[in-house]
Amino acid sequence: MIDRIADIWGTRTPFAQGERWPVRVDMKLAQGLDEDQVDRWVQSACVLCSNGCAADIAVKDGHMVGIRGRAIDLVNHGRLGPKGLFGSWQGVDNGDRLTRPMIREGDRLVETDWDTAMSRIADRSRKLLAEKGPLSHGFYTSGQLFLEEYYALGILGKAGLGTPHMDGNTRLCTATAATAMKESFGSDGQPGSYADIDECDAMFLFGHNMAETQTVLWMRVLDRLAGPNPPLLVCVDPRETEVARQAAVHLAVRPGTNLALMNGLLRELIAIGGVDEDYVAEHTVGFETLQGAVEPWTPDEVARVCGVAADDVRRAASIFATSERVLSTVLQGFYQSSQATASSCQVNNLHLLTGKLGLPGSGILQMNGQPTAQNTRESGADGDLPAFRNWENPAHVKELADLWGVHPDKIPHWAPPTHAMQIFRYVEQGSIPFLWVSATNPAVSMPQSERIRRILQKPDLFLVVQDLYLTETARLADVVLPAAAWGEKQGTFTNVNRTVHLSDKAIEPPGEARSDLDIFLDYARRMDFRRDDGAPLLDWTCPEDGFRAWQECTRGKLCDYTGISYERLRGGSGIPWPCNEDHPDGTMRLYGDGIFPTEVERAETYGHDLLTGASVGPEKYKAMRPDGRAIIKAAPYTAPHELPSEEYPLQYSTGRTVYHFHTRTKTARAPQLNRAAPSAWAELSRADAARCGIGEGDLIRVVSARGEIVVPARVGDVREGTVFAPFHYGYWEDERTGPDGRPTAANELTQTEWDPVSKQPIFKVAAVRVEKVADATGPAPAPTTTASRPADPGSAPPTRGGPDAETIEQLRPTEPPAVPTSEEHP
Amino acid sequence: MNVDLYLGLLRTGERVLGESFRQVAEGHGDEPDVYRLCTTLAEQCEDHERRLGPIVGRYGERPDDEPERFHADAISESRSGPVGLLRDLQDLYLLASLVDVTWVTVRQAALALRDEDLLTLIEDCEAETGVQLAWILTRMKQSAPQALLVAS
Ligand code: SF4
Repeated sequence: MIDRIADIWGTRTPFAQGERWPVRVDMKLAQGLDEDQVDRWVQSACVLCSNGCAADIAVKDGHMVGIRGRAIDLVNHGRLGPKGLFGSWQGVDNGDRLTRPMIREGDRLVETDWDTAMSRIADRSRKLLAEKGPLSHGFYTSGQLFLEEYYALGILGKAGLGTPHMDGNTRLCTATAATAMKESFGSDGQPGSYADIDECDAMFLFGHNMAETQTVLWMRVLDRLAGPNPPLLVCVDPRETEVARQAAVHLAVRPGTNLALMNGLLRELIAIGGVDEDYVAEHTVGFETLQGAVEPWTPDEVARVCGVAADDVRRAASIFATSERVLSTVLQGFYQSSQATASSCQVNNLHLLTGKLGLPGSGILQMNGQPTAQNTRESGADGDLPAFRNWENPAHVKELADLWGVHPDKIPHWAPPTHAMQIFRYVEQGSIPFLWVSATNPAVSMPQSERIRRILQKPDLFLVVQDLYLTETARLADVVLPAAAWGEKQGTFTNVNRTVHLSDKAIEPPGEARSDLDIFLDYARRMDFRRDDGAPLLDWTCPEDGFRAWQECTRGKLCDYTGISYERLRGGSGIPWPCNEDHPDGTMRLYGDGIFPTEVERAETYGHDLLTGASVGPEKYKAMRPDGRAIIKAAPYTAPHELPSEEYPLQYSTGRTVYHFHTRTKTARAPQLNRAAPSAWAELSRADAARCGIGEGDLIRVVSARGEIVVPARVGDVREGTVFAPFHYGYWEDERTGPDGRPTAANELTQTEWDPVSKQPIFKVAAVRVEKVADATGPAPAPTTTASRPADPGSAPPTRGGPDAETIEQLRPTEPPAVPTSEEHP
Repeated sequence: MNVDLYLGLLRTGERVLGESFRQVAEGHGDEPDVYRLCTTLAEQCEDHERRLGPIVGRYGERPDDEPERFHADAISESRSGPVGLLRDLQDLYLLASLVDVTWVTVRQAALALRDEDLLTLIEDCEAETGVQLAWILTRMKQSAPQALLVAS
């Protein structure tokens, strides 16, 4: 038994390059319960990050009582991380759930029945449609529902109502991943595979604290590092993360300067002759523009702007050029920072210049944050059209119209889809008076919390919130709908490397809670949405109907699901799309042939200028003649807009901790996780703390131009001049919707600004000052096991889980699962 | 030779456009993307104006005797609200188009003159003006349905 709070990544099972990653089956059951006392095991996959670890849920007496990793699955080879082990089942099967719908009566929410709640929604909807039309409706969903649910939402919004105002909190987590791939390759769609970790010679992690955000993926890296011929790691991150500690080169860049670094790496790669000229000539357009843009970025210039050593820039570029197989991963350090899309496209460019793409060990993982974010992007529940269709391409819109049986002009395609921040702006201005939020908590997770709360409280706004719990956002709603959780409903979802998993229903939802799918279908019925031939628009009766409809929508598209079925997903491993007649076992990697979906007829977008987000448009796109070649795009570096000043001398960045997910609605309800990181803190460097007279655990006030938080200080390993705060800590435990004099949510300080191309908000660049409020009563409640560890190890007791964190690990019980051999050995 | 006249026109055009971008940025500060991008684009215009300096110096600047026929006025006051934003963007579009077409005209002369310095400058600036136009249009397309159909 291993304490998997103390030992986050568990026991090592080293393996050599090119070998298959050994199996380790991780299992956690409720205290005192043995494996043979479990009634049933129900197949699923974890929904507490984007990794998509396959798992079986343990059921006893109609309750979830534990979880076990699936040895046979290609994603995790049996492993689970702390969130999956402790948070998945305890995070939903507990006494705190919403069990009945609620409606607002004056300043109170009162319980009611489904018919009353849904009629209220439908009545308001119909009234607004009659008075103001579909542009009065906005939908803000999640990265945590299932594929079938998103597709239903996409259809009812786009073909039922006809509103372009649909987005998800995926805008905050993964929009840049999708956008960077669209700009470079013509379409969303992950090029790489997790199996590339097994094969690579070097790994570059760009703003990706994998050790905390995708713990099981990091276990795979650790096992390679512990084996013979380990890969070299290069880490770009201002914090001294576990990744940084394992790295051959750690580039601790100043927040907001990623693009300067990337331009420098590209320039150096070109200067040392690292470019594969044949590949560039045959498979790309735009190289000359890039050469011009990166020219000023000598290693010394990068050193000056980014605050890293010039030699480290040279070493990193040299590792990229000389390692035969290189895997890059990218996450929030790039996506939530200045010039997000431009910087992330430069990662793509490193691979395009060297031809290290789509081959075993050579690839790109533009990561996601949330478990089902990929599906939000695919299905049309965010602004995009389903199955990577291009809203500027009339033929694509027509395909959808035919599929849904409506006129093409019913489907909003006359303007770019409205991104989340703009939806909230329209709500603020009063032109969206109907907002339906599902499975997300914007009152805590969106930037500049005070403003978001003010918007959500507007008297003229009709706010519907559909959730598991009475979150800060739900408390502001006019109608609250209790949703069924993971394990209480059926559906599929797709992880970072395109692997589709089925999640079966293990137990009944509590009280009257209903699946999100049932709620959307009920709304569609009440609104009487119909096809042009008079048949109901959404006539599904179960999730599998939705899956089959989705398969038709993806037929012949990059994300082709037609070869996958619920039946095929049961029992075996998850399957990576595209899966169809040509790829019956799915597809591990995309673009190994150097052919990209950039033809005018196929492209998901005609692209944007990376500095401003200006649309390129079909004519100019055609003139570029990409014709299946990748597009190398460049942009000039511009300094972050909010720089430290006399009033706010420090740079501020938000992020996450390994023990929590989002606004902790699930993870704080798992005692093991909650004890490990019970409340908010902020991290300061030793030097800055000394300068401000702050010691470990002192209560401090962190102030920006937008607001403040008052939390204990962790004197830690952050870069000098920066302050870091985890974004998980809102106010729901105390039944508050906001600070009420005790502000802890990191987003009180962040600014309303977004990347011009992906529209992802910038959470990692703001200016703050710090002042001491009171002496410490103990060390800060920050874990010592991760990047939040204290600079002085003696200043806080080590984070331990204790008896109820003891987890069973079975090492190498079976042979590792193999990639379907037809693909590896055609 | 009338190149000097057109170079003057260009320099004034960039100044007027830069001032107008700044005005729209300030006037629509509640739209963070408009504020940030108009500021960035104003800086571009100021950079163009600066870089034109030495070339204007070389060709000499002719006193501008027909201002009303050549020069548009800068936006001196911005409008408010969603429709106001749309109108302001439209004004910016007109000013940027004037600059754009002036660059095209000057390029023809520069080609004939084989003035390499001027051609390099045109290469950079004309492309940026093109992106400015594209951004204004993109933002207008985004705003138009909501501003014209639902906004009060
Ligand atoms: S790595 Fe992610 S998907 Fe896997 S168990 Fe942990 S939280 Fe769940």
